[in-house]
Amino acid sequence: MIMTEPKHHIIGYGSLTKIWLLLLFLTGLTVWVSRQGIGIGHVWGSLAIAATKAGLVIAFFMQMRYEGRLLRWLLFVALLILAIFIGLTFFDLLYR
Amino acid sequence: MSSQPHRDDAGAKLGMWLFLFTELLLFGGLFLLYSAYLARYPHEFAVAGARMHLVFGTLNTVILISSSLLVAMAVTAIQKGERRTVLLLLGGTILCAAVFLFNKYLEWSAEINRGIYPDSPRLNAGPPGESVFYSLYYLTVGLHGLHVLVGGTLLAIVALRVRQGAIHAGNFVLLENGALYWHLVDLVWIFIFPLYYLIL
Repeated sequence: MIMTEPKHHIIGYGSLTKIWLLLLFLTGLTVWVSRQGIGIGHVWGSLAIAATKAGLVIAFFMQMRYEGRLLRWLLFVALLILAIFIGLTFFDLLYR
Repeated sequence: MSSQPHRDDAGAKLGMWLFLFTELLLFGGLFLLYSAYLARYPHEFAVAGARMHLVFGTLNTVILISSSLLVAMAVTAIQKGERRTVLLLLGGTILCAAVFLFNKYLEWSAEINRGIYPDSPRLNAGPPGESVFYSLYYLTVGLHGLHVLVGGTLLAIVALRVRQGAIHAGNFVLLENGALYWHLVDLVWIFIFPLYYLIL
């Protein structure tokens, strides 16, 4: 027997291409920002752009936007664990 | 009971995502190591990072982002039943993987020729922060390159199964999971690029 599988959301070629153009634009932007010599600001700027790009890839290319609650929560938990690792490590490094 | 094989697409996808989370933590750990050493050796990292080839880094970013688009389109195409398009898109993705690795070969050759590789006499003679930078660089980018190789092979197998008709509009979870793995390879590079090529 085949269980009824959840309906798939088909993302059109056009939408995917728009996301790709956005990703290319952000890549150009991050290279440009890094050449401006604005000190520590560009580290956070570069990371913010990278996080935005990662969000676009996860939401649209990996279709997380159309997934159910279970996968979204699991993603959140995985990212939270990573954030706790990073946070606690720097708490130790900066205040020891 | 019918003799239909058991099938659980939602479970297969959940399993793939759980695996991807472990990959996320693996590379997350390497990025954490990088940032901890950056905090300790900011000057040496800046000197070493300034020698990175920005052109190769940017080119490979564009290649991986484009390959991600192609494989995402392949998932759309299979659902529309356009088998020929799926094969073309997967072929394009694998080609991108090959070009990426070829660029990596050129980049690493240039660096190794300048005496920059783990435990090289030049790095051993220099300040410790620089050799830490390059060791982390070779480890992280090498591991990522291995993922590109595995992802490309996986997608080649998927393409073969599409050609045989085993993957089709009614059953394409293998293609979906292959695509998810490929997107992860892209995701990791999205962070490697600024950390090693841009911020220093």
